Amino acid sequence: MAVNDPCLILLRKIQQMEFVALELNLYLDIHPDDCKALEQYNCTHKELCELKRQYEQQYGPLLNYGYGMNTGNNWRWAEQPWPWEM
Amino acid sequence: MWLYEKKLQYPVNVSCKNVQLAKWIITQYGGPDGELAASLRYLNQRYAMPTERAKAVLNDIGTEELAHLEIVGTLVHKLTKDASVAELKAAGLGGHYADHDRALFYVDAVGNPWTAAYIQAKGDPIADLTEDMAAEQKARATYNWLINLSDDPQVTDVLRFLREREVVHFQRFGETLNYMQEYLSEKKCY
Ligand SMILES: [Fe+2]
Repeated sequence: MAVNDPCLILLRKIQQMEFVALELNLYLDIHPDDCKALEQYNCTHKELCELKRQYEQQYGPLLNYGYGMNTGNNWRWAEQPWPWEM
Repeated sequence: MWLYEKKLQYPVNVSCKNVQLAKWIITQYGGPDGELAASLRYLNQRYAMPTERAKAVLNDIGTEELAHLEIVGTLVHKLTKDASVAELKAAGLGGHYADHDRALFYVDAVGNPWTAAYIQAKGDPIADLTEDMAAEQKARATYNWLINLSDDPQVTDVLRFLREREVVHFQRFGETLNYMQEYLSEKKCY
């Protein structure tokens, strides 16, 4: 897949926002009373949900086991290339 | 339980096939200071931790290490997938080819298989968190040496990301250790 492929561009955005959420998550694990970090975490969650919704609608599920939606008439989980093949 | 997300934590691109580099990088897949050892160590130690914060840190860093395992696996796979037998042989992977073809396996840079002897769970939270901090430093140093060995800037970029994560994990474990020491000394007072 080319670097400027719209699918990859959206995926990069998701990776960036997920990284922000993960960093805040690890920080909050040991600083659970930091209100500012908590607020940032919740903001990131909202943005991430929207990005993932967009991605899954266009390119198929990011998560399986019922945590992602499968749009279209066929099972799309195995349709997109696997991460180590992209 | 765990959910699989069909994406890498950080994008992995390689400039070209590079069997020699893959042979060194695989140590972070199945070597003594690699991501498999890290993940299994933390996810296993969490059961015996006395504070909620320590359980959360071990659970969540142990989970992130699984994402790193997938990044390292992707690097090795991309660097070796089109290699000829002659190229594998020339890079010292003739033995690997005999046992595994081009399949990945949990080995270090010289082919030693992964062993649970790399990790420990002492049941003593101070001992375990101190081991975890040392493990993060050893992983950071390994990524440093791999960056020195790398001749592919795209691979170096990924190795730098992984090295940075070890620094952050060390920091979080350090905070967890401080909190644990406070917790244990307060407990003794009552
Ligand atoms: Fe780590």
